[in-house]
Amino acid sequence: MDSMISDALATLLADRCGADVVRAIESGAPPTELWQAISEAGFADAMVSEAQGGAGLSAEAVAGCWMLAGRHAVPLPLSETMIARAMLSEQSITVPDTPIAFGIGHRTPAGTLRAVGISGGRTAGAVLVTAAGDTRLLNTDNGRSERCAFELDLTLEWPESAWTAAPRLAVSLDTRLAQALVLSLQIAGALDAVFRRSLAWANEREQFGKPIGKFQAIQHQLALMAEESFAATMAARIACLPAPDGASSATASPGLVGALAGIAPLRVATAKARTSEAALQVAQMAHAVHGAIGFTHEFDLQILTRRLHAWRQTAGSESAWHDQIGRALLSPETTSLDVLRITTDVVAG
Amino acid sequence: MTQLAGFEPAAIPAEDEALRPEVRAFLAHHLSGLSAEARARSWSGYDPAFSRALGARGWLGITLPREYGGGGRSPYARYVLVEEFLCAGAPVGSHWIADRQSGPLILKYGTEDQRRFHLPRICQGESFFCIGMSEPGSGSDLASIRTRARRNDEGWVLNGRKIWTTNAHHSHFMIALVRTSGEPTDRHVGLSQLIVDLSRPGVTVRPITDLTGDRHFCEVFFDDVQLGPEALIGAEGQGWAQVTAELAYERSGPERIYSSMVLFDEWLAWIRTPAGQSPGATRLAGRIASHLAPLRAMSIAVTARLAAGESPVVEAALVKDLGTTLEQQIPALIADDLASRDDPSQVPAELLATLAYVTRISPSFSLRGGTREILRGMIARGLGLR
Repeated sequence: MDSMISDALATLLADRCGADVVRAIESGAPPTELWQAISEAGFADAMVSEAQGGAGLSAEAVAGCWMLAGRHAVPLPLSETMIARAMLSEQSITVPDTPIAFGIGHRTPAGTLRAVGISGGRTAGAVLVTAAGDTRLLNTDNGRSERCAFELDLTLEWPESAWTAAPRLAVSLDTRLAQALVLSLQIAGALDAVFRRSLAWANEREQFGKPIGKFQAIQHQLALMAEESFAATMAARIACLPAPDGASSATASPGLVGALAGIAPLRVATAKARTSEAALQVAQMAHAVHGAIGFTHEFDLQILTRRLHAWRQTAGSESAWHDQIGRALLSPETTSLDVLRITTDVVAG
Repeated sequence: MTQLAGFEPAAIPAEDEALRPEVRAFLAHHLSGLSAEARARSWSGYDPAFSRALGARGWLGITLPREYGGGGRSPYARYVLVEEFLCAGAPVGSHWIADRQSGPLILKYGTEDQRRFHLPRICQGESFFCIGMSEPGSGSDLASIRTRARRNDEGWVLNGRKIWTTNAHHSHFMIALVRTSGEPTDRHVGLSQLIVDLSRPGVTVRPITDLTGDRHFCEVFFDDVQLGPEALIGAEGQGWAQVTAELAYERSGPERIYSSMVLFDEWLAWIRTPAGQSPGATRLAGRIASHLAPLRAMSIAVTARLAAGESPVVEAALVKDLGTTLEQQIPALIADDLASRDDPSQVPAELLATLAYVTRISPSFSLRGGTREILRGMIARGLGLR
């Protein structure tokens, strides 16, 4: 991870993306000010090539930024925007000055194109939608919108004319796989934040005359949270590293391209599956440790735990990705150790 | 959070990865006649001839310096070897403890004479070790041990009793944690480690049959056992600190994530067949692998810390707790898959026998090397809660 860029983003987010800002945007305030601060500081173009005016950073280098987007509950699709801007500028498509979300499109019987539960869709100005292997950049304002269970998500439905007129990527992007990658990192960042909050609360809150963190039952809950958080974070970080030879061909997925070339689908599957399982476990344990106060709207814990549930359910929950990994294991030429090796080996260098 | 630094992804160096093909060819040749049920015993499997064959290849004590007969390689080389041994289900029990922790302990704390005596024999697979920690009244509360060694003119006189000592009946030496001064109430103060020659008069070893019917752990009695002055390893009174450092080797290795791998592979082989395939089994296979993968990366991250000369005790405890929990879930989940089939008669008998063995042995996964409850307490201490 490139700590210089993530340190800079951490400073900006601490200053400009506090819980009050997150609450206001979730309640319907426009994200314009936050977007401008992030965009003007250059973070949205971190993965855009240097020739195109960006920083030319790899997924490995920006992984820390994606984790920060989770840790700070950034209420706009920053991670997706970083990838989208790199791909659009690489293919000489005009890049809109708005956050860009990722969508998975389906044709409806009425002939419209519908993308359900677009993560961060409500604060995005455009959506990179992939349908039947074709990726196009659509505006959010010419689609019919429906609210989703999670406040910042949006379902959008575009007429065929909007789809046909939209700029098309010459090389399509598997938006579900790319989103699974960035959500894994965001979940990892949120898991760590939830875990640290719970640890601090256990040291602060007193019952029976001592901090509750002195009780063995609470200590063991926190130990389990640490285990889940560290394991999930490892899976997410490994997914961002260049994979060894052979890793990319282990699943049927065409894989990722452009700024995400070299990322192995099997590693993304593992990352999203493991972080999604941990999201549920850690959210449950954090609320158990916090008691009633953690259940209030006023207390900030819920900002993160609602996201853990939402992100677990976006771009495939654990079972969806277990199916993918399972299919890789059914190949008769491999042993389970060899599948584990291509899923975890770090290329020396 | 001061004691828990976290886990940095680490690469196994190419020269250590290069060991794999040779090891695989060796294992394919030596294990061809063994059933999956036998291979599932792996680091409980006792086969001294196999250990000597590994020694002849230079694969025992591979991290020990060449001048003592070792391979002079990094902990990564051992990681690759051990990972291959465990996943194949090689019977590595006889030399396991000597190779994993007694050798490194003697190298770190031993005198030059102790190193020259013990290390070459360990590397040849001629000298097997066991670890004397638990006693009838001291399990998780290890600091309360009562076995005592007193100095006399000839060295040390040992009295007391150890229990749950794995492979004591097959071992030549025990590295025992004993009290050399003070009383049990002095806790960590006054403890030392002794290398006990188990052939000495006064040593009685009684194997204990476990619930699978195997005899791998033992009760060991010491009645006025006379040991020479060279039995003391490290500094007198430093036994607790030495044992703690030793446990970082014991807790982080691949054996804490791969104990159910032979069963997993045997089950995978069946669900690849037309009779065994099912969508539920495919999903379950993926779920298990999604847990194994980050654990492997964390275990390699701990190996990197060991290679850098550190002693990541808390991280090792975390990997062991998470790893052994998964090792125990694997037989439970596979049992549910197999027993929910419409036609259970299709399930191969060897797969069922392997499942039965791993199911029965699995409680030990989270007992040996420190219980789950002790490990979680260590993690809590690492988090600053104690």
